[in-house]
Amino acid sequence: MKLRYLFTTAGTSVWTHRTRSLLTILGIVIGVASIMLIVSIGKGAEKLILDQIGGMGADTIVVRPGKEPTGPSDFADTLFADSLKDADVAALKKKSNVPDLVEIVPAVIVSGTASYRGETYRPTTFGWSVELLSRMFKVYPVEGILFGEDEIRANANVAVIGAKVKEELFGIESAVGKNVRIKDKNFRIVGVFESHGQAAFLNVDETIVIPYTTAQKYLLGITYYHEIMMRAESPDVVAQTVRDIEATLRTSHKIPDSGENDFFIETQQGLVDQISTIIGVLTAFLSSVVAISLVVGGIGVMNIMLVSVTERTREIGLRKALGATNRDILSQFLVESVLLTLSGGLIGILGGVLLSLAASLVLSITVGTSWGFTLPLSAALLAIGVSVAVGLVFGIYPARQASQKSPIEALRYE
Amino acid sequence: MALIEAQNVGKIYHTGKVETQALREASFTINAGEFVSIMGPSGSGKSTLLHVLGFLDRNTEGMYRFDGKTIDDYSSNELARVRNKRMGFVFQSFNLLAKATVIENVKLPLLYSDVHEKLWDEMARHAVDSVGLSHRIGYHSSDLSGGEKQRVAIARALVNNPAVVFADEPTGNLDSKSGAQVMGIIENLHHQGKTIILITHETYTAEYAQRIITLADGRIENDRKVREDTKSINRHFVK
Ligand SMILES: Nc1ncnc2c1ncn2[C@@H]1O[C@H](COP(=O)(O)OP(=O)(O)OP(=O)(O)O)[C@@H](O)[C@H]1O
Ligand SMILES: [Mg+2]
Repeated sequence: MKLRYLFTTAGTSVWTHRTRSLLTILGIVIGVASIMLIVSIGKGAEKLILDQIGGMGADTIVVRPGKEPTGPSDFADTLFADSLKDADVAALKKKSNVPDLVEIVPAVIVSGTASYRGETYRPTTFGWSVELLSRMFKVYPVEGILFGEDEIRANANVAVIGAKVKEELFGIESAVGKNVRIKDKNFRIVGVFESHGQAAFLNVDETIVIPYTTAQKYLLGITYYHEIMMRAESPDVVAQTVRDIEATLRTSHKIPDSGENDFFIETQQGLVDQISTIIGVLTAFLSSVVAISLVVGGIGVMNIMLVSVTERTREIGLRKALGATNRDILSQFLVESVLLTLSGGLIGILGGVLLSLAASLVLSITVGTSWGFTLPLSAALLAIGVSVAVGLVFGIYPARQASQKSPIEALRYE
Repeated sequence: MALIEAQNVGKIYHTGKVETQALREASFTINAGEFVSIMGPSGSGKSTLLHVLGFLDRNTEGMYRFDGKTIDDYSSNELARVRNKRMGFVFQSFNLLAKATVIENVKLPLLYSDVHEKLWDEMARHAVDSVGLSHRIGYHSSDLSGGEKQRVAIARALVNNPAVVFADEPTGNLDSKSGAQVMGIIENLHHQGKTIILITHETYTAEYAQRIITLADGRIENDRKVREDTKSINRHFVK
């Protein structure tokens, strides 16, 4: 039988029992819509996070001391590992070692509270270059200025604070020129950042930045760094630069060829990959949970198709008497079940898109304007494929039952 | 060569452990163009015989040939093709698709044929015309009277221009007027050269044929020619 007639016959049958058809495909509609929603939110979250990381630049390279952490507890070790020293910074700065670096700034992390006249706050305190931070996160002072190379070289007791720190410690008072106490040492505030919010792993608003030299020698009394942050000339040379850095540090640490690194190198690319993987796994997991509803939906379709085959026993017999082959009957019922599940899929996609749109509206209000709506096109295509597959898998048994009826049994059936 | 050839044809139904011999030792031949009625009381095996003759069912005994071939000479696809091209069926209970229109119902056999789609409409219209239902062509079959429904069924049986029309009590559900109309159409088909095999238990309907085979208890009890003179008398009596 011609394909067009298979579809019109199936369409008529589905349409004749609209209410029943609609109820039958509800499971598939809900399943597909949920998967669309999950994938859309997953993609939106991924985009949001990547946009923020992207702010740090794909050309950023970070070296940390110790072994590469493989679990959360390993991160603590990083804080106490002392393998990155001034000699390393000096070696990395040599163009002959690492030709494509444009910037090298070590960083020291200081834990503890900051206080001003009895007000205390627990900020994230970095010994770093505040100019680099400003450039990386595109955050600028609303009050005062940033300290520069001179203050770093001079181990100056100066600090630039984030908007939240300012508000907690000083309220509406001006902060520039005042002294903030960190670990019982006084730091003169030279600048206050504008409010910026969370960016990647750092909330600038809750941060105090002091020169890394001061933090290292004056505040902590250590000779090593917690990390060395570098920027390559362009994202394209990052991979080669990472290899150069590794070679330089291995030489400077006198690690034999067979030895294990006592430092590890991270690039944004690694983080981007990791986050994409995590979100991908999460999306896949949630989707597979929801996929169960597709199976349930498929069983519903099979059930209704079996009922339909029984109801239409006479019709099947008649068609056979008029010249339908077993294959004609098989295709007729298979097309009908596929049509059912496919319309379920299409309605589900429509519902999913509307739900995703609504969700992205809500999220852009609650999470921030950078939340964008992502139309999960690949998920939609997959949903179409899956719903056709469900129709075929769960339709084949009823369709076979139908095709194997003998014309006589069928015509006698009352 | 005869169109239809039955030699000691028998049919045994097995339902669980029960065996029913619905037909036994039926032997006869029917030539192309003949009009044959099959009569007999209820349960005598008329429908069973018709199903065997129409390749809708398999005989369990003897030898039945249509166009010189037995049912086992065909694959299931070839059987479907023979039923589609060579045979037309009319049933007591019409068996129309209720949701479909008259023309759609009549087209149904063409969907399964190798006739070019372009010709379908014309062929179906022609068939509807030949049963006098052109004015009902777009009606849903559920909106038709019994007589009209049966005429649609006849148009459907005719549409692919078969050699034989098998009709199982086509007037069984009709009043005498509609019945006479339907029989008039069938008689016409015969005049156009079609082979007609008609089941009925009414003598006056059976006598539209040239020949009547009477069954009793699954056996052929009688196989006789119809006398032209009694025909008109009987028919006049009914009207
Ligand atoms: N599928 C079947 N399974 C078992 N027995 C059957 C089957 N079909 C018919 N029979 C039996 O075979 C016998 C003949 O049935 P058939 O339908 O051929 O009679 P009929 O002459 O057409 O009767 P009617 O005038 O009532 O239509 C009956 O006893 C019937 O019960
Ligand atoms: Mg019968």
